[in-house]
Amino acid sequence: MDTNSAAALDRPSYLTDGYGWKSWLLTRDHKRIAILYLVSITFFFALGGIFAMLIRLELLTPEGDLVQASTYNKLFTMHGVIMVFLFLIPSIPATLGNFFVPLMIGAKDLAFPRINLLSWYIYILGGAFTLWALIHGGVDTGWTFYTPFSTTYSNTYVVSTALGVFILGFSSILTGLNFIVTIHRMRAPGMTWFRLPLFIWAHYATSLIMVLGTPVIAVTLLMVAVERVLHLGLFDPKLGGDPILFQHLFWFYSHPAVYIMVLPGMGVISELIAAFARKRIYGYRFVAFSSMAIAVLGFLVWGHHLFLTGQSVYAATIFSVISMLVAVPSAIKVFNWTATLYEGSISFQTPMLYALGFIGLFTIGGLTGVMLATLGLDLHVHDTYFIIAHFHYVMVGGTIMAYLGGLHYWWPKMTGKLYAGFASKLSALLVFVGFNLTFFPQFILGYLGMPRRYWTYAPEFQVWNVLSTAGASILGVGYLLPLCYLTWSLFKGKQADANPWGAKGLEWQTTSPPPTYNFDEPVVVTEPPYSYVAEQHVVGQQEVESA
Amino acid sequence: MHSSGHVALQHHFDDLDTQREASTFGMWVFLCTEILFFGGLFLLYVIYRQRFHGVFVQASRHLDVKWGGINTAVLICSSLTMALSIWAAQINRRKLVVVFLLVTMAFGATFLGIKAIEYGDKFHHHLVPGANFHYACPPGEECHPEQAQIFFSLYFCLTGLHAMHMVVGLGILSCLLLPAWRGRYNAEWHNPLECSGLYWHFVDIVWIFLFPLLYLIGRHVA
Repeated sequence: MDTNSAAALDRPSYLTDGYGWKSWLLTRDHKRIAILYLVSITFFFALGGIFAMLIRLELLTPEGDLVQASTYNKLFTMHGVIMVFLFLIPSIPATLGNFFVPLMIGAKDLAFPRINLLSWYIYILGGAFTLWALIHGGVDTGWTFYTPFSTTYSNTYVVSTALGVFILGFSSILTGLNFIVTIHRMRAPGMTWFRLPLFIWAHYATSLIMVLGTPVIAVTLLMVAVERVLHLGLFDPKLGGDPILFQHLFWFYSHPAVYIMVLPGMGVISELIAAFARKRIYGYRFVAFSSMAIAVLGFLVWGHHLFLTGQSVYAATIFSVISMLVAVPSAIKVFNWTATLYEGSISFQTPMLYALGFIGLFTIGGLTGVMLATLGLDLHVHDTYFIIAHFHYVMVGGTIMAYLGGLHYWWPKMTGKLYAGFASKLSALLVFVGFNLTFFPQFILGYLGMPRRYWTYAPEFQVWNVLSTAGASILGVGYLLPLCYLTWSLFKGKQADANPWGAKGLEWQTTSPPPTYNFDEPVVVTEPPYSYVAEQHVVGQQEVESA
Repeated sequence: MHSSGHVALQHHFDDLDTQREASTFGMWVFLCTEILFFGGLFLLYVIYRQRFHGVFVQASRHLDVKWGGINTAVLICSSLTMALSIWAAQINRRKLVVVFLLVTMAFGATFLGIKAIEYGDKFHHHLVPGANFHYACPPGEECHPEQAQIFFSLYFCLTGLHAMHMVVGLGILSCLLLPAWRGRYNAEWHNPLECSGLYWHFVDIVWIFLFPLLYLIGRHVA
């Protein structure tokens, strides 16, 4: 064992290929860029989390006693802007995607390494704009920048924040573009479309949304900034403009953006379920195509954000029906993961705990989404905590669970280190319990009529709010734990071998951590993904013989 | 196989063909992004035009068809010379590549110069949206200066965004000049020229849509 780890330390990897800040800040290696992203989004996740804690603290009591009303408006705005644009959208694609898309298809790098690095610098620039607005006093428009409040009435730093989000959009576009071209053109010999891991299919679908949706919000926020500075009247009813038009343009991107956030997570879950059930994913093609279906249908549902703000009855009905249709491909995924578990050799390793948590929480988030797609119910709970709970179940219970699951699954590959088993299982448990305690009470609050975005509330809502704040504290500990033991593993962790989980997939065939050009020998793919079948067959035979 | 040792070949591609296909494909994907980027503004234009049809027709008469027409011709010629520079690379005529690139850039600069004249004219007549906007309604016709301001807002946003793309295009072409002069682009390898050409043609086509939308349609309806 000692000789093995000593040999592993001597072996050159992408981490030993150059030291010093220049070798990182000027790198074109997709793996190093993924690490740059990992560090940056962790910073912004912590920042957004601090805002969330302040929100929950304020809501501990019905009175507004911790912060002023205007400060509270800024808190939830900055929480939303940072979490959506600086954490959730880049989270899985820019870190795990950046690292593993080339590895999983047997490529040496993404198609455009320099553009990949550029996308990180653009991300940092956009983040700097947002931070600048934050330091100078923040924004209070909500992450949605609704007009005419954002263009005419708000006295906060709307322009720099909107420009920040505008800039971040290009980072996202470049990442998506890079993935599309890479998946089309850089696959190893034998890696056919239907041998691609489902993680890749999910990223392909995500990239389509990034490339086709993001430019629309970019130009829309540009118009908001221009309108605010020059008072053109495009979204100002006093000057003949139409504020609802902004909402259409905004949600044309921002609803598909929800799928940018959750589709890569679904890709991660497919990998985890297959690896820890030791089975080929049930209905591989259905799961692959359901990603594409979500990407396509996702572009046709934005009107369900406007049920209350004014659109024709016919448009609302059509948007309602299509919104419910999106549940079909999502349900296909959930059913197929569950079917994969059936008769699988399941091992409850940390990544698997996160994956199972994802399936439960995403199902609740998805089913409440179907409820919200119905016109009548949506009018009742519109702009209440029911909505907050619904999308946090998808974004936090879904995406962040998948992100953490993926991070725990691939951490040994990315760093070459193993982390503590008990602490990590505890963190998965704390996140699951804390999350439910935080957000389930909010479904009840919303149904009882507590509106979102208010700093005070009626006294009868307090018990649920106290539960929610208590849950958020547990959730906070659950998120801090991985930060501690994963950092610890970098210095003290045991050396990981090439395939610590015994999983299939090209990324496990190379060393941990991988060499700079990913594979020491040319890759040729000869079998379908998740080919765990043979192994299971042997087990079955042994059982028959012993019986 | 002789291309595997080519100087332009990047480390992560197996051969020059794959690299060329990847770059060209990437450029097309980027242009799809650009279509949707302009698409948001085109949507605003279509909706407001339909809503304020009379005033949009009226206000469009303030645009100078003569300059717009000349600019259209200039851009079409620039697309031709851009294509010719690629052709020159394909037949290994090094100096001709540089000449056609320079001519293309000259056409692009001419376009921007004419655009500047037009903008100056609008500024002079107080037709730039903002505090100094002043729109005199033609006598006897419907009068909605705020709707005319939306027309001019869209005019400046659309043409301004287009002009910014022209500036970027000029920047890209100027970066190609030195490598072209050094003979980097030839029959075997001229992909940067091709991709830049795609971008240039795209910006050209955006103008081909902008010109009729802003200057021409409905103009002669009384």
